[in-house]
Amino acid sequence: MRNFVKFGGLLAALIAGTSTAAAKDTFKVGIVTFLSGQAAQSFGVPAANGAKLLVKKLNAGEVPAPYNTPGMGGMQIEAVLIDEAGGATVQVQEYRNLVQREKVDVVIGYVGSGDCLAVAPVAEELKTFTILYDCGTPRIFEDADYQYVFRTAATATQDNVGLVRYLKALGVDIKTYAGIHQDYAWGHDSWVDFKAAMGRIYPEATVAAELFPAFGAGQYGTEISALMQRRADVIHSSLWGGDLQSFILQGLPRGLFRQAQVALSTADHVLPPLGNNMPEGVIIGARGSYGYMAPESALNTWWDAAYREAYDNVVPVQGPYRMAQALLGLKSAVEKAMKENGGVKPSSEQLSAAMTGLSWESPAGLIEMTNGKGHQAIQSIGFGRTQKDKDGNIVLGDILHFDARCVNPPADKKSIEWIEAGFPGADCD
Amino acid sequence: MDLIFTILLDGLIYASWLFIVALGLTLVFGVLKILNFAHGGLYALGAYGAAIAVPFFAGLGMPEWFSLLAMFIAAAAVAILIAPLIERGLLRYFYGRDEVLILLITYAVFLILEDVTKMIFGVNPYYVFEPRNLLGNVEMGSLFYVGYDLALIGLAIVCGLGVWFGLNRTRIGKITLAVIKEPEVSQAMGVNIARIYLLAFGVGVFLAALGGAFTSPLISVQPGNSVSVIVVSFAVVIIGGLGSIPGAAIGALIVGIARAFAVYELPEAEIFIIYLVMVAVLIFRPEGLFTPIKARKI
Repeated sequence: MRNFVKFGGLLAALIAGTSTAAAKDTFKVGIVTFLSGQAAQSFGVPAANGAKLLVKKLNAGEVPAPYNTPGMGGMQIEAVLIDEAGGATVQVQEYRNLVQREKVDVVIGYVGSGDCLAVAPVAEELKTFTILYDCGTPRIFEDADYQYVFRTAATATQDNVGLVRYLKALGVDIKTYAGIHQDYAWGHDSWVDFKAAMGRIYPEATVAAELFPAFGAGQYGTEISALMQRRADVIHSSLWGGDLQSFILQGLPRGLFRQAQVALSTADHVLPPLGNNMPEGVIIGARGSYGYMAPESALNTWWDAAYREAYDNVVPVQGPYRMAQALLGLKSAVEKAMKENGGVKPSSEQLSAAMTGLSWESPAGLIEMTNGKGHQAIQSIGFGRTQKDKDGNIVLGDILHFDARCVNPPADKKSIEWIEAGFPGADCD
Repeated sequence: MDLIFTILLDGLIYASWLFIVALGLTLVFGVLKILNFAHGGLYALGAYGAAIAVPFFAGLGMPEWFSLLAMFIAAAAVAILIAPLIERGLLRYFYGRDEVLILLITYAVFLILEDVTKMIFGVNPYYVFEPRNLLGNVEMGSLFYVGYDLALIGLAIVCGLGVWFGLNRTRIGKITLAVIKEPEVSQAMGVNIARIYLLAFGVGVFLAALGGAFTSPLISVQPGNSVSVIVVSFAVVIIGGLGSIPGAAIGALIVGIARAFAVYELPEAEIFIIYLVMVAVLIFRPEGLFTPIKARKI
């Protein structure tokens, strides 16, 4: 279950160093993501690749400004990569190993919401600065307060609020809609958020079907028949990874994507593997302005080019982007803390104080730790619709972005209550 | 009426896929008395085999229809390479031991196959779309179905009849039936039981791999494909009765149609209904629907 990959250029520390005290230190980061299992190909391995690349570039001081100083506060980054597979119990043990045996300074990790929920209290117990970089459940900071735990990516709330706003912005006429989601917390939560947002933005629309196939089901023939027979105007899905690819491959020849407007809340990661086998006219989200939907900036241009160069021209999707914004946020917090403590390696308490309420630029735009008492990020989100370019290749068109404050609740509101109340305080101008 | 037809047709397609896989599982149990958890891993290997074999033969300039044959070849290759390795190399040392121990051993093989598959093929997906486009689309009721999916019904019937014919109408099949009934007496009569066990296990592996190979055009072939199929296949053989071929057929039909009904009428219970049916059968027929009553041996 456990796979250690250590990397980091210790040699570079001798020639780097903005602070002599810091240059002697290394900054050890435990990175946890899926290296095996179903989420590895879609999220984990791309994120791990992004981490390896960015750590290397940060250590060499090759990232564009404002991140062009080597390492973190002059300290070379040493990363310890751990597989997230195995479930929450295993991950709690792995987390303890990282902190108590590997003696990491911070932990960045976790795609699975169950893993985030399980690890957060342990991080508090061990008083270790921890960044949750990917998991989506809003419950982490809505149901509890933490001192040492932060999440540098937005919650899943914006997936569905943003998606409904995007449908409205495109002028999609919806009388009926249907949903197909995996039968576990992620799928059910996504559907609840989507239905609640539809209730406010398309109050006349009714649900034609709601399907919850098993995670990893593989066979969707019956579900596709049921969806086609109900003839909904829009089909919403939070399927991901192999399940989503199988659903697309099985639905395409049966005409599902011609019959209804299909809206996939977190599907950018299937575009590189499916390529031109992806049907036209499908709405794609990614819980952020990532990859094909990333905003134009010097930082994003560099990141996109560096990732493609390192990984055989593969387009970076949400996994590596989210990992990058976590590492860049960490660098910002480390260097802010070191400015305040005289330039020595910051403690977890100092890092927590520096990260609370912090904002920083990422390849996906501005990340702001405004929610969860300064521990939960909000960010903008982009959506697009697949179309063919002049060469017949599938690309994303109709790309629209929504501001972070348009698709995320204000700091003092719980997500579902905010949606059901009609998005009070949302700023969509 | 249209809805009932659609439910039955969707259920039948799903049942066909399940039956091909469950048939191998029940055959191995019937002959070797092994509940083979590794069956799911062998299914996945069949899918990977097809994803390699189809483009390989296409690259040799073979016609498009040959991709269907390539999937058979892939399944046969998995059976020839893997079955002796598992059966002769591992399982034979545990015949006659506690069934729970053997189940755990096959579970270990399942985990090993998962990791070996990942080491060989990586975590990135493989696609093999071509065979599914060969048979066109067919309008059935108010919906379009892919001809390939409907052809799976025929493949399942061929597999079922083939195994039945092999067991009941051939010499080696009759010897196998004798081994199932009385292994010790068969051995005393000069039957090479090891050969029968290897053959039966090989056919079981072939059927698992065939299920995977013919599913590969419908899915993205990647790690994790093996789990769900083994769980539902277990439900099928338990409903039908472990070791019974007609039981596997009826079990697959019951599961397929019950699941299709749930998708349309009770979607929250899509997964639950499979196990509800299983529990209901076990309450009234603890040994499954088709397990014959056996005289107790003293």
